[in-house]
Amino acid sequence: MFPLLSVITFVPLAGALVLLFVGSKNENLIRMITLATGLVDFAFSLALYYGFDDSTHAMQFVERAPWIKSFGAEYYMGVDGISLFMVMLTTVTCVVCYLATWTAVERNVKEFNISMLVLQTAMVGVFCALDFVLFYVFWELMLIPMYLLIGVWGGKNRIYATVKFFVYTMAGSVLMLFAILVLYFQYHSATGVYTFDVLKYHAFAFDKNLQFWMFLCFFVAFAIKVPVFPFHTWLPDAHVEAPTTGSVILAGILLKMGTYGFLRFSLPIFPHASLAAAWWVSWVAIIGIIYGALVALAQEDIKKLVAYSSVSHLGFVVLGTFAFTLRGVSGGIMQMINHGVSTGALFLIVGILYERRHTRLIAEYGGVWKVMPKFAFIFMLIALSSIGVPLTNGFIGEVMILVGVYEANAVYASLAVVGVLLGAAYMLWTFKRVMLGEITNEKNKDLPDLSARELAYMAPFVILVFLIGVYPNPVLKKMEPSVRNLVGQVAKARSGGTAVAAGVRAPDGLRRE
Amino acid sequence: MPITIPPIDLLAVAPEIAVSGFACLLLMTAVFLKGKGGWVNACVALVGLAVAGWFALCQGAPRSAYSGMYAADGFTQFFKIIFLLGTGLVVLVSVKYNEEENMNNGEYYALLLFSTAGMMLMAAASDMMTLFLGLELLSISLYVLAGYARNRPGSNEAALKYFLLGGFAVGFLLYGMAMIYGATGHTDFAGIGREAARGADNRLYLVVGAVMLLTGLGFKVAAVPFHQWTPDVYEGAPIPVTAFMSAGPKAAVLAVMIRVYAQSVSFMHVDWLVWLSVLAVMTMTVGNVAALVQSDAKRMLAFSSISHAGYAMVGLAAATREAVASVAVYMLVYTLMNIAVFGILALVARKNEQRTKMRDFAGLARSNPVLAVSMTILVFSLAGIPPMAGFMAKFYVLMAAVKAGLYWLVLAAVLNSAVGIYYYLRFTVHMYMDEPEEKLPPVKASPALVVAIALSIIGVLLIGVVPSAYLEMAGRAVVSF
Repeated sequence: MFPLLSVITFVPLAGALVLLFVGSKNENLIRMITLATGLVDFAFSLALYYGFDDSTHAMQFVERAPWIKSFGAEYYMGVDGISLFMVMLTTVTCVVCYLATWTAVERNVKEFNISMLVLQTAMVGVFCALDFVLFYVFWELMLIPMYLLIGVWGGKNRIYATVKFFVYTMAGSVLMLFAILVLYFQYHSATGVYTFDVLKYHAFAFDKNLQFWMFLCFFVAFAIKVPVFPFHTWLPDAHVEAPTTGSVILAGILLKMGTYGFLRFSLPIFPHASLAAAWWVSWVAIIGIIYGALVALAQEDIKKLVAYSSVSHLGFVVLGTFAFTLRGVSGGIMQMINHGVSTGALFLIVGILYERRHTRLIAEYGGVWKVMPKFAFIFMLIALSSIGVPLTNGFIGEVMILVGVYEANAVYASLAVVGVLLGAAYMLWTFKRVMLGEITNEKNKDLPDLSARELAYMAPFVILVFLIGVYPNPVLKKMEPSVRNLVGQVAKARSGGTAVAAGVRAPDGLRRE
Repeated sequence: MPITIPPIDLLAVAPEIAVSGFACLLLMTAVFLKGKGGWVNACVALVGLAVAGWFALCQGAPRSAYSGMYAADGFTQFFKIIFLLGTGLVVLVSVKYNEEENMNNGEYYALLLFSTAGMMLMAAASDMMTLFLGLELLSISLYVLAGYARNRPGSNEAALKYFLLGGFAVGFLLYGMAMIYGATGHTDFAGIGREAARGADNRLYLVVGAVMLLTGLGFKVAAVPFHQWTPDVYEGAPIPVTAFMSAGPKAAVLAVMIRVYAQSVSFMHVDWLVWLSVLAVMTMTVGNVAALVQSDAKRMLAFSSISHAGYAMVGLAAATREAVASVAVYMLVYTLMNIAVFGILALVARKNEQRTKMRDFAGLARSNPVLAVSMTILVFSLAGIPPMAGFMAKFYVLMAAVKAGLYWLVLAAVLNSAVGIYYYLRFTVHMYMDEPEEKLPPVKASPALVVAIALSIIGVLLIGVVPSAYLEMAGRAVVSF
């Protein structure tokens, strides 16, 4: 069998190795190679998408080989309906980023592109790994290039931001490492088998008391990554200091690893603890939604605004996930994709403005639509998608989450609606202040509109906004069996082992064929 | 009682003989070379180490030699390889440094080899007499080596401090040994273990003796609170010597601790568990926290080496067979990476070690990108980030400790390694994100140093990505436990 997942994972790394042998003076060649690598990887991921069988929740494209025999750790890769879209999101976003950095990065182009490619390998690896050790290796490997991206090519306060990012994430990760080891030996003492196979852990019922503590360890690791309030303080710093593409990757993919972690590990391995924790996790998520939106309202720096809006949006994802209903969880995954698309695009928009004016202060702009009409159009579309206006992708995700949460708890849903309203407020207000009205600042008089390259890299996101917004069924259909299975696992724990529970009923609202 | 002369087992001690023999040879070549052609000395030393390595590899079936004073088992063999590897790397790191500092003579390498022989003897010791012999051979050579840059006051200070405090610690060690002998009537570990297991009447003496022994060994491995000498000595000694001291001797003492506390007096396992756990936590935490605030790279690495000894002691506290294997792997990996880091530091410090500050690494990414990438890989490995070997080593130790149920100890270790990230990152911050204060000609690694760095990077990546073979090797080495 063709090892498709390994190819998708390691093609970028191969590209990085090729770059090692290219002279650092040939900057355009380096950019071309990087872009080509990204495109090849994207092509392979398309093959993954079309080859994906949507009738089963089982792992597909599975590859496994013994790796560290004395531990029972394996090289074990596979995707299901949840990770499939994370992989797709990664390959798309990376191609966009490679195009977007063409002129934005002028210093150490070679090193930058190598870092990006290594980062892509690690990110795809995180979403495909089904062995805990392998997962952890990719999870940590990802930190190094990201740390360099922010630290070397970032803004003024980059060192503080990047070290904070690294140490925060690491602090969470090591707790997860501890929990992984405890699970490993618990599993062994119960079954006599040494394995780091995640799916085996899914199928095993860990002691409820143990579940609680282990859930906490995992929760901290993922909550820092998401970031869930109050672990979010590294995010604004990292976003503001990161170069544009760093921010796009950070918002588009890295943050999703936290929510992906909930879906892949926390819920299925600790269903009891997840159920027991749902109430406080939901409250924390709601606080994050409203707090993130309020703080975003008060920002004067566009990038910081988008960063805080991420806190708010990811709060929705967590809320949906911990509703444990089919719609809530699918909506959460949907919103993970949407947030990657719309927030990634917003960071690119900020980057486009920044490249022209070298400032991100909202007050410096105003009336930009007059000189940049194409840009204004795209910005408007993306802003609407971020707000969740019907026909855009954001609408689908938010509605599904709200319906899913409502099924579980009406109070949570009504509080979350406040976040939606606030989201519309800060987004539209920002758009008004930056784009509408008369040009008040002389420097904005002759800003050039989008170039062909800029249009080219915005295009995939704009297409996705409408594609998912108008016709989300292919996406939902592919993720449905996996989500249904996941919700079923939690429901089984709720009902104490007896089959179908409330969360697993027919998803009538999902199917619109 | 008639005195019987034990059968002579030359093959068991062949590595020690080879190393000592070549050390003597070096003293001779030094006379003939008259201070010129220092690289010849280095080559002789390397050949000696290689020969010893070969002897160590074909040591034969595990056995006890010289009436139970010397253990020629897989454990000894594994550690001997670590020492020889470490000393080999140090020799490679030393060549250019010594040339620049005008100390590239035979005696230096002879001392390195003598202390290596001492370490090997320690790892093989199954009797307190052998242990003491090895330890003294190691220590006395190290005292001299610490002061080898005799024109630098710092180096003299280091040697004197090390000697005085080391002598004091050895006093504890000897007194402890005497007490243990008094309580049990044995000097060999197996005998002590047997006697103690019978529930000797003199249990108090035995415990006091074992604690004093722990104090002496704790000093040598730089465990907190017996670590006070470490920063000053490490900072003052010539960089290659610091590299040497930070790796091999620590491994040797840990090997002894494993033999004594995991094997011999393991009947009191519970007591030692508490003692060693407390020592491990203190060692990790104090080493890490002190390293956080250092601005001098050499001093920072000294503190970080303290914390690494702490991680290894987590495995020691667990004291299972896996834990022993994990400590062995940890020391192998640690030796590989730490010596190379010091090698790079020696280069960056330039002549007379004037630039050992962290910020002297500024701009290295531009002036010598390959060296900067190497340094990055090595410090990330020291920090324990996958896919580097440092992670696998730590993972293995933590795994053993979790298996032994030492959850809180493991939590302390993982949180410590998160703290450790911060100061290791400072190297990369300076190399990649900082501008140098003054313009200096770019540093260029000598061929020997390139070999040393390349070897350790290959090792670090190999053990990090495909660790299976090494872990199994270590597993086989500890079957006697």
